[in-house]
Amino acid sequence: MDAKFWLIQIFNGVSYGALLFLLASGLTLIFGVMRIVNLAHGAYFMLGGYVALSVIWASGSWLAALPVAALAVALVGLVMERVFLRPLGFDPLRQVLATVGFAFLFQQGALDIWGGDPLSIDPPAVLTGSLIVGELHLPVYRMFMIASAAAIGLVLWLAIERTRLGALVRAAVDDAEMARGVGIDTSRVSMFIFALGAFLAALGGVIGGGFLGVYPGLDFEILPVAFAVVIIGGMGSLAGAAVGSMLVGLADNFGKALFPELAYFSLYAPMVLILAVKPTGLLGRE
Amino acid sequence: MLKRRMTLMGLAVGMAATPAAAQELRIGFLAPTTGIFAQVGKDMVSGFQLWLDESGGNFGGAKVTFIVEDTEGKPPIAVRKAEKLVRQDKVHIFIGGLLAPTGYALAPVSTRLKTVYIASVPAADDLTQRDIAKYPYTVRTGWTSSQPSHPFGEWACEQGYKRVVTIGADFAFGHEVVGGFQKAFEGCGGRIIQKLWPPLGTKDFGPYIPQIKQNADAIFTLMAGPMSLQFPKQLAAAGNRKPVIAGGTSYDEFVLPSMGDEVIGHVSALQYSAAIDTPANAGFVKKYREKFGKVPSYYSETNYTSAQMIHEVMEKTRGKWPGAAQFVKLISAVKVDAVRGPVRLDEMRNPVQNIYIKKVEKRKMFGYEKDELWNTVIKTYPNVGQFWKFKKQEFLKQPVYSRDYPPCKFCE
Amino acid sequence: MTMRKPAAVAAVLIALAVTTPFAGPYPILLITQALVFAIIAMSLDLLLGYTGLPSLGQAAYLGVGAYLTAILASRYGFGMDWTFWVVVPLGIFAGAATAAFFGLFAIRASGVYFLMITLALGMCVWGLAYRWNSLTGGDNGINLPGRPEFGIQLADDVTFFYLVLGFFILSLAALHLVVRSPFGRSLVGIRERELRMRVLGYNTWLHKYLAFVIAGGFGGLAGVLLAHLNGLVSPEDVILTTSVDVLLMVVLGGSGTLVGAAIGAGVVVFLREYLSTLVPWWQYVLGGVYVLTILYLPGGLMGIPERLRRWRSATQ
Repeated sequence: MDAKFWLIQIFNGVSYGALLFLLASGLTLIFGVMRIVNLAHGAYFMLGGYVALSVIWASGSWLAALPVAALAVALVGLVMERVFLRPLGFDPLRQVLATVGFAFLFQQGALDIWGGDPLSIDPPAVLTGSLIVGELHLPVYRMFMIASAAAIGLVLWLAIERTRLGALVRAAVDDAEMARGVGIDTSRVSMFIFALGAFLAALGGVIGGGFLGVYPGLDFEILPVAFAVVIIGGMGSLAGAAVGSMLVGLADNFGKALFPELAYFSLYAPMVLILAVKPTGLLGRE
Repeated sequence: MLKRRMTLMGLAVGMAATPAAAQELRIGFLAPTTGIFAQVGKDMVSGFQLWLDESGGNFGGAKVTFIVEDTEGKPPIAVRKAEKLVRQDKVHIFIGGLLAPTGYALAPVSTRLKTVYIASVPAADDLTQRDIAKYPYTVRTGWTSSQPSHPFGEWACEQGYKRVVTIGADFAFGHEVVGGFQKAFEGCGGRIIQKLWPPLGTKDFGPYIPQIKQNADAIFTLMAGPMSLQFPKQLAAAGNRKPVIAGGTSYDEFVLPSMGDEVIGHVSALQYSAAIDTPANAGFVKKYREKFGKVPSYYSETNYTSAQMIHEVMEKTRGKWPGAAQFVKLISAVKVDAVRGPVRLDEMRNPVQNIYIKKVEKRKMFGYEKDELWNTVIKTYPNVGQFWKFKKQEFLKQPVYSRDYPPCKFCE
Repeated sequence: MTMRKPAAVAAVLIALAVTTPFAGPYPILLITQALVFAIIAMSLDLLLGYTGLPSLGQAAYLGVGAYLTAILASRYGFGMDWTFWVVVPLGIFAGAATAAFFGLFAIRASGVYFLMITLALGMCVWGLAYRWNSLTGGDNGINLPGRPEFGIQLADDVTFFYLVLGFFILSLAALHLVVRSPFGRSLVGIRERELRMRVLGYNTWLHKYLAFVIAGGFGGLAGVLLAHLNGLVSPEDVILTTSVDVLLMVVLGGSGTLVGAAIGAGVVVFLREYLSTLVPWWQYVLGGVYVLTILYLPGGLMGIPERLRRWRSATQ
C-alpha cells in the first residue's frame, strides 16, 4: 500500500466525514440547546433527499432543490418541536420516544409518497467526473461535499460566535436558566435551533443523495452513525461535531479497508469507550 | 391494496371448459410490503397478481383465493405469518419470501406443517442442495445464487480475461454468487487475484475502490439493493477504465431505471432480462409496464412464472387439489415456456433454465419511444442447472460457497 | 396498593390460561410472543420505572440469550430434551454476565448519557451478531432444530404457551419481590433523589449496577424463550427498533407498575403483528401510538384509573 493508497483513503475519509458533519452539526446543536435526543434526525436527512427529488422532477433544477428541500424539512421540524415536543418539557425519555414515533410515521409516509425504489440525486454535470492530479483520481463530487461542509461549518461558526443571535444560542447552551434570568426567550431560541438542525440534516440529505442515494431505510441506517459522531465529538459543540465527523469518517474508512471483519464494531466500540470515560465527548462540556 | 383477500369468481371471464364443481385453491403470499424492502415486495406481488388477473383467477377450474401477508423483511415475522396462513387461513400453498434467511426460515415451516412452500425468490444455494432432504415440501421456482455465475465464469474466459478482481457484498448471497463465478472461471484457466467484501449496506465505497489491483483485466462485482446504485457511480468517479462484469442483481431492472450512463457496457448474468427479445417477454413487459408503471424486474417475473407453473399443475389435476406430496411431484415434472424461456425443475426441485449474459445499453426497445437503459442479451446458455457442468455428487461434497470458499489460491 | 390489584392480576392470568387454547393458532403464537416480551419489558421497568435508568439497549440481552440457545441447539444438539432446563439458567446467566460487563461502562452515566451509552452497547451487540459470521451465522441467522421435548412436546403451541406463561408468572413474582424488598425501595429512592441516598450512605452505584444486572438476566431468559418461539435467531432480533419497542411497552403500560409493562407488551405486539395482517397502514398507527402515549398518557395505561379519579374529583 503506497502513498497513493493512503492519500486516496484520507481523501475518501474526509469526504465521508464532511457529509457526516452536515448531519451531525444539526443533531449536536439540538442536543446542546435543548437537550433533546432527536431520533427523527435520520428521517430529516432522508426526507431532505426525497423532497429534493420532487423539486428536481418538477422544476429540473438541482440548485433550487437544495434550499427548498432544506426549508421544507426545517418547517416540518419546527412544527414537530412546537406542537409535540415543547409540551413535554425536559424529559429525555419521553422525547426519545416521541421522536421515534415520528421517525416511524415519516418512514411510512415517505414510502407511501415516493415509493420504495432506490433513487439517486443526480448532480449537475459540472460536479461529476474527477480531477486528475498526477496518478490520483479525485471525484469532483467528493470535493464538493468537503467544500460545502466547510462552507456551512464556517457560516455556522461565524453566526454563533459573531452575531447576536449566536450569542443568545451560546447563552442558552451554557446555562439555560441564567439565560432566561437575563431575559432571553429560550423557547424561541429552542425553536429556531430545532428548525436549523432539521435544515442542516435535510441539506445533508440532498447533498448526500448524490453520493449515498435516497432509499427506504436510509433514515435508520444513518442515525446511529450520526449519534456516534455527536457522542465522540461532544454533544452541543459545533467544533466537536467537526472533529467527531472527521474522526468517524477516517476511522470508518480505514477500519473497513484494514480490518473488514470489525466493520460495525469499530464504529460503536469507541462510542462506548468515550461515553464511559468522558460522557460529554471530546469537546463537549457539562 | 396490498393486503388482498381476493376471491375471484370464475364466472367473470368466459371460461369454456371448466368443470362445474368449483374447487378452491388457496394461495398464501409472503413478501415485505412495509419496511425497507417494501418496493421489492410490491413488485413480487404484482408479478403474481398479473398472472392471476390474466387467468381470471381460475387455475384449471379451481377458484384461486390469494392472500398476501407482510413479512416486513424479517424472518421471524415471515415464519409467524406463514403459520397464520397455513393454520388459520388454510392455504394449500404458501409462496414467496425475499431474503435468503427468510427462505431458510420458511422451508422448515413447510416441513413442519406439511404444506407446500414455493421459494420464488430466495436463492440460497443449499435450500435445494445440501439441505434438500430436510425440506420435502419445498420447491424452488427462482434460481440458486451461483446458478448464473457458473456459465458466466466460462464466458469470462472466452472474453480473454485472465486476472479478475471480485468485489461483492459481504453476505451469504454475495459469497455464493462470487464463489460460483470463481469456481467456473478458475476452472477454465482464469485467476481471481483479489477478493474484496464491503459489508452489506455500505454506502461509501471509498475504502474499497482504491484497493482494486491495477493489473486486473476486469472487475467482477455483486451488489444488492441501494449498493447497486452507488457502487458503479463511485467506481466511475474514481476513474475506472476496466471492464465491469457482475452478478445479475447488480443491474437488475429493479435498480436499472435509476442508474445513469456510467453503467453502459457493464455485463451481468441472470435467468431473466426485461430485454429478452421474444414475443412472450415483449408482451409481458408491455402489459406489466402499462399496469404498474415500471419495467418488470426478475422479482416480478419469477412470481409470474411461479403462478404459471402452479396453473399448469392445476390444469393437469383439473382444478382438484392433489395433496401436498402429490403436488410437489407434479410440479417437479412440469415444463413451461415461461417469459424467461423454457423452465423445468431438476431432481432437487430447482429450475433448469436459460442463463442470459446481458449488457447494459441505451436504446429503444419494444416500440417505446425513448432511449432507455436495457439489459440487452448478448449470449444465451440454455438448459443451465444448479450444478452446471460439475458432477452433482462432487459438487455436493465441497462446502457451500462462502467468504473463504473457494479459497483464493491466486490472491496477490 | 389495595388488595384488589393482586386479585385482578390473578384473575386476568387465569382467564388467559383458560381461554388462550381456544384462540386461533395464530393468536396463540402472538399471545406467547407478548408474554415473552412482557418478561423483558418488566425487567426494563425495574430499571426505568423503579431505578430511573432509561435503557435503549435491552435487546442486547435478549440477543445474548437467544443466540446462546440457538448455538447450543443447532451446533451441539444441546437443550433439546431435559437439558433445556440447563439452557434456561445458562441464558439467564449469559444475559446477566453481559449486563455485568456493560454495566461497568454504563452505570457511570445517567439521564441522556445513559440512553446514549446503552444505545451504543446495543449497537455493538448488533454489529457482532451481524458480522461475526462463524459464530452467529451473520445475516442468515441460526435455525433451531425444532422445540425441546422432555415428556411434554413443546412443539405443540399450546403446551409451549403454558410453559411461557409459567415463566412469565415466575418473572412477575420474582420482580415483584425485588421491588417490594428493601433493595427495591432503595432503587426508588435513587430514582427520586440519588444525591440524598448517597448522603445517607447508600452505595448508589452498586444498587444501580445490580438492578442493571438483574434486568440483563431477565432479558437473557426472554431470549431463550424467543429463540424457541420463533425457531430461529437473526440479527433482526437485536436491532435498535427492538430496544425502542421494549421501552415503549414500559412507557405505554405505565412505568413503575410492572404489570403495566406486561400490558404494554401486549399492545405493541398486537400492533406490530396482528394489525399488520389487517391493514397496510399499521405503521401509522404504531407511530401515532408512540406520539400520543407520550403526549397524553404520561402515566401510561395503568395511569388511566388514577387520572379518571382525579378528573372526577376535580369536576365535583
